[in-house]
This record gives sequence, structure tokens and C-alpha cells, in this order.
Amino acid sequence: MRIGVITFPGSLDDRDAQRAVRLAGGEPVALWHGSHDLEGVDALILPGGFSYGDYLRAGAIASLSPIMTEVVAAANAGMPVLGICNGFQMLTEAGLLEGGLIRNDHGSFICRDQVLTVENDSTAWTAEFDAGQQITIPLKNGEGGFIAAGDTLDRLEGEGRVVFRYVDVNPNGSLRDIAGISNERGNVVGLMPHPEHAVEPGFGPDTAAAMRSGVDGLGFFTSVVKRALVEA
Amino acid sequence: MPTIVVDVMPKAELLDPQGKAVAGALARTGHTAFSGVRIGKRFELTIDGPVDDALRANVQQIAEEILSNQVIEDVVGIHYEVTNAELAEEAAHAGSTTADGFGAPAGETH
Repeated sequence: MRIGVITFPGSLDDRDAQRAVRLAGGEPVALWHGSHDLEGVDALILPGGFSYGDYLRAGAIASLSPIMTEVVAAANAGMPVLGICNGFQMLTEAGLLEGGLIRNDHGSFICRDQVLTVENDSTAWTAEFDAGQQITIPLKNGEGGFIAAGDTLDRLEGEGRVVFRYVDVNPNGSLRDIAGISNERGNVVGLMPHPEHAVEPGFGPDTAAAMRSGVDGLGFFTSVVKRALVEA
Repeated sequence: MPTIVVDVMPKAELLDPQGKAVAGALARTGHTAFSGVRIGKRFELTIDGPVDDALRANVQQIAEEILSNQVIEDVVGIHYEVTNAELAEEAAHAGSTTADGFGAPAGETH
């Protein structure tokens, strides 16, 4: 399972995403925004960061990158695509996911270990979870407020496309506590929190068992790796 | 050289945290007459060639598809700003003899 991680100017978590892929048993492939070549990968990750310094709008300029032509085509053909934080913003700007992300309602950047409910366990990136399961992964953003028109929100909810919801705290003013969504087919998923920062004991969120032992993010990457094994 | 100004604002129904922060600062510094502030963006596009229908259509398209995100923002104005000197030059080139040759307002609005 070769999973491409695209680096854009200002990406920060591309190396972390590559590491998460490796820990999940996949082979990470570093891809470059300026290329038109997906190098034959089986899945794609658009990592977090501040591409182009959030100029224009977060993710907007990156969504116009050369490689995005191929990303959109691959996503529409069913390839699993995960957008994390800035990658989620790019997917909305590219029209692969609905809605948009605006500045946090409280006006401040926020960084915390965030509890989420996995609402949909049938997407390409959540099959290793159970619907209703609560997971804890880091969240760090300044523009993470998810918004969409009321009828769009109703449709997303009705079609089971709200994949993750914030629990206990709504950290950024996202409507209906939405932390992540999918496209209709379920192969494209975007979320603001960072699963790639909770994949290795010693470097994840605190748990009741031990400090920094949380690895709840690993399931995102094993979901897509195991799916590939089943299909092979 | 004409300048095209595109104004983009966050959608009216959305909370504008930047504007809210500025409104709070105004209130704190005693400027109590202002009940709200909203912050948008102004883009100034310069061109070398003429403003024609094709260009206007192109500007409309990039304003809606690139300069703004219609999910969260509205394009509230597109203005073609031409200086009076340029208008005079255009009129001279056109051989205009009408008295109101300079009458077109700088900052024609669409």
C-alpha cells in the first residue's frame, strides 16, 4: 500500500503523516505540489500546515496547485484521500468536500487534545473504528470553524457524511460540532484535528493509562492500509 | 492603466471574529458610537490592455471562483477605476468633441 503525502509550500505535518503511514504498515511516498505525477500511489494525504501562509484564504492557493488536477481526478475515481487541517481546507477549496472553514469564533489559535466521536465507520479512513467510538487526538488551528448552509448541513447529516463530531468542547465554533466530513462516496475525508500526531506511544495525547500514550490516530491509517489488503 | 477593484466580504450571516475583535477594541477605547465592525478584502488588479467585455467576464469569473469562496464570502463590488488623465487621453484618441467627454465618473461601478 503506497500512500502519497503531498508537500505544499508551508506544509508542516507532511513528515509526521509519512511516519504515521509507515507505523500503520504502509509505504509513504513524498509527492510535490508542483508536479503532475501521483507516482502510482494507492491513496493520498493532504497534510496540515500553513500553505502559502494562509494568504487569500487558508488552503485556497494550494488548492490551485498543479498536482491538484490529478488529486481531483483521482478522488473522483474513488482513490482514498485524507485532508488533515490545512489539507481539509484545501479539499473544501478544491470543491471535493462541501462547506468551508473560517476563523475560530473566539478569535484565537487553539491547541489541545480533543475528544471526537467517530460517527461514520464506513469511510475509507474510519473502517478500523466503531460508530459511536470516542477517540482523542490533537487539534491545533486558527481557522477551524466548519460552516455550510443549513440545507447542506442537513444533507451531510442525513447522508451520514458527518464523520467526526467534537465532544465536550467545541473548540472553534464549528456548526453542529462538526469536526470532519466525507464526500458522498466516502473515499474523501477531511477533518481539522490531527490523527498523525497520535500514532506512537510516548508522543501522543495523555491517556488514563500513561502520559502521552494515546495512539487513537493510528486507526485512520490502518483503515486504508487494511482495506487495500482486503481488495488485493 | 486601469485598476480593477474587487471587494469581498464575509457572508453577512456569518460571525466575523476579526470584526468582532476590532469592535471590542473600539468600545474599550471609548469609541462607543459603533455597534459593529466587519472586515473584508479589497483586491486591486492592474491591466495593461483595454477593458472590454471579455475582460469583464474574466474578472467576474476570477472574483467568484478564486478571489472569493462563495461558501463563506460574497463579492460585494467590482469597480473599474480609470484616472481623469486617462479618460482625457482616451477622449482625445477617440476624437471626442462632445462637451461631456470627461463626464464618465472615475470609479465606474458594476
